[in-house]
Amino acid sequence: MNLHEYQAKQLFAEYGLPVSKGIAVDTADEAVAAANELGGDTWVIKAQVHAGGRGKAGGVKLVSSEAEIREFSDEFIGTNLVTFQTDENGQPVSKIYVEECADIERELYLGAVIDRSSRRVVFMTSTEGGVEIEKVAAETPEKILRAVVDPALGGQAYQGRDLAFQLGLEGKQVNQFASLFTTLSKMFIERDLSLLEINPLVVTGDGNIHCLDAKVSIDSNALYRQKELAAMRDPTQEDEREKQASEFDLNYVALDGDIGCMVNGAGLAMGTMDLVKLHGGEPANFLDVGGGATKEAVSEAFKIILSDTNVKAVLINIFGGIVRCDIIADGIVGAVKDVGVDVPVIVRFEGNNAAPGVKTLAESDVDIIAATSLTDAVQQAVNAAGGAA
Amino acid sequence: MSILVNKDTKVICQGFTGSQGTLHSEQSIAYGTQMVGGVTPGKGGQSHLGLPVFNTVKDAVDDTGAKASVIYVPAPFAKDGILEAADAGIEIIVCITEGVPTLDMLTVKASLDARGIRLIGPNCPGIITPGECKIGIMPGEIHLPGRVGVVSRSGTLTYEAVKQTTDLGFGQSSCVGIGGDPIPGSNFIDILALFEEDAATEAIVMVGEIGGNAEEEAAAFIKANVTKPVVGYIAGVTAPSGKRMGHAGAIIAGGKGTADDKFAALQAAGVTTVKSLAEIGNTLKEATGW
Repeated sequence: MNLHEYQAKQLFAEYGLPVSKGIAVDTADEAVAAANELGGDTWVIKAQVHAGGRGKAGGVKLVSSEAEIREFSDEFIGTNLVTFQTDENGQPVSKIYVEECADIERELYLGAVIDRSSRRVVFMTSTEGGVEIEKVAAETPEKILRAVVDPALGGQAYQGRDLAFQLGLEGKQVNQFASLFTTLSKMFIERDLSLLEINPLVVTGDGNIHCLDAKVSIDSNALYRQKELAAMRDPTQEDEREKQASEFDLNYVALDGDIGCMVNGAGLAMGTMDLVKLHGGEPANFLDVGGGATKEAVSEAFKIILSDTNVKAVLINIFGGIVRCDIIADGIVGAVKDVGVDVPVIVRFEGNNAAPGVKTLAESDVDIIAATSLTDAVQQAVNAAGGAA
Repeated sequence: MSILVNKDTKVICQGFTGSQGTLHSEQSIAYGTQMVGGVTPGKGGQSHLGLPVFNTVKDAVDDTGAKASVIYVPAPFAKDGILEAADAGIEIIVCITEGVPTLDMLTVKASLDARGIRLIGPNCPGIITPGECKIGIMPGEIHLPGRVGVVSRSGTLTYEAVKQTTDLGFGQSSCVGIGGDPIPGSNFIDILALFEEDAATEAIVMVGEIGGNAEEEAAAFIKANVTKPVVGYIAGVTAPSGKRMGHAGAIIAGGKGTADDKFAALQAAGVTTVKSLAEIGNTLKEATGW
């Protein structure tokens, strides 16, 4: 789960980290009031969306008058911001963040993630801040410095100092950076983070280390014990159908194709999409109905697939392990009765109660194509959707 | 022969009297697994499915001599359950539970590694040696005792691979679902090393998926250490790259993690790769000449 910048900075402030004072607002009037409350004569105003690349897309601006604040607010609030990290529709902007202005001497990068190979929290830092860090990693990997943190011990000050010296920091900045490093590693572990990024981390004109941006993702599996962070979830940033699916414990990701897929198990769901593509079709979605799928959840899954108007055929591929094929069949029949279906539905059942499942479908008045094998099912789905692209 | 578990393996279940523990223990018993008891704190002294229930894993181990434990407790309690099993002397821990926080697994994995205790999972279907011992949630009837070792990150994809090798009459020596989480207790390399050593395993099917670089590491291991034929499949060629998980993950992976990269790494290691998941069995047939 991702946080907005203003929420991440709130979290940083709780840990006493150096962030600018700011206020998140919903309207132009509130934005003007926020600027007055913060004082000064120049502010940074930022559209709040779950995506990077906001600056390049115009969603971050230096403003110094009420007119400019109103102009920015009117331009962005209630619209979608498209950046190089979003899809072509962009992400909706419902809040903007008005922040004190910091003067920048130097821009650095600092990030942390859980590294699967070393099974540790790995911090990365670079002198190349404020730019696309993937580019730095690809073109000049030697400019990315790393420190590995044992979650049982936490980050140590010496590791922070070591990075600071390598970054060319000096004087009080060294201890400031070391303290930032140990505090962030404490926060990463205490708050079950999966990703942390400050880009840019800056040295200000008066020589202090300052977090100019803040990006935080939380391990979704740990939200049950991170109630404060879980409450910061912003459903407007999520795809409508994905959101609906998550309410039924379904795993759904919208794609651009025209063959709707309903599968049990994430691996098999991906494998089925790949097979559709291999046979010349395009999957409309990833959908894993999960291990404990109920009739209601399956019914909901079917409705979500059909709500995508691009869908020209539905491919159902179930290998019953825990999931019983007859329960899936009941769910499909129920959904079709509820919402109707005007596209071909191709079903492949295998494993647990496959035969009763096929029978249920055959006896219903739903128009179903029963496939003889996985390859047959995929081919029929591709043909039904208009043939190979 | 087989790897990790066989007909002599004594197994207990943690979360024994819960709905999942009950359902799958019943099926394991019916399959012929040597289930010797289970653990549910507070229900010690009772009997469930004809087997004794204990308050602690230590009590269960002391009384039954169990060497393996399968865990069905909810995710918030999985770390506790795994460490309890480890401290009680269990040698093979299989954690089926889905949704265990990643940081829990970092500390659990470090603790088990230091003591040489093997964990399979979490978020996995378990492990089976066909005809002898089934620990987990996989449908037993699709398996056949035989010559192929199967290792996979995904549950239902394992079933596909298993069914295809069963339909062709090859059967399986053992099948291990290592689980889909970022920090698995055992990885491909751990299981590949066991299959390489196992006399009953004549060929290996490895089923991977996108994300991380476990498959790339496995490819390097296969190139250096595995003499048996390996067939590799990777799911997720069409997974959307637009669904980015953030910058830093991509950097750590050094540009790795896509299905294409993984296929390429496996091919370079001499693995026979297969692009269609429906063709895993047939590809194995060709690769082995069986």
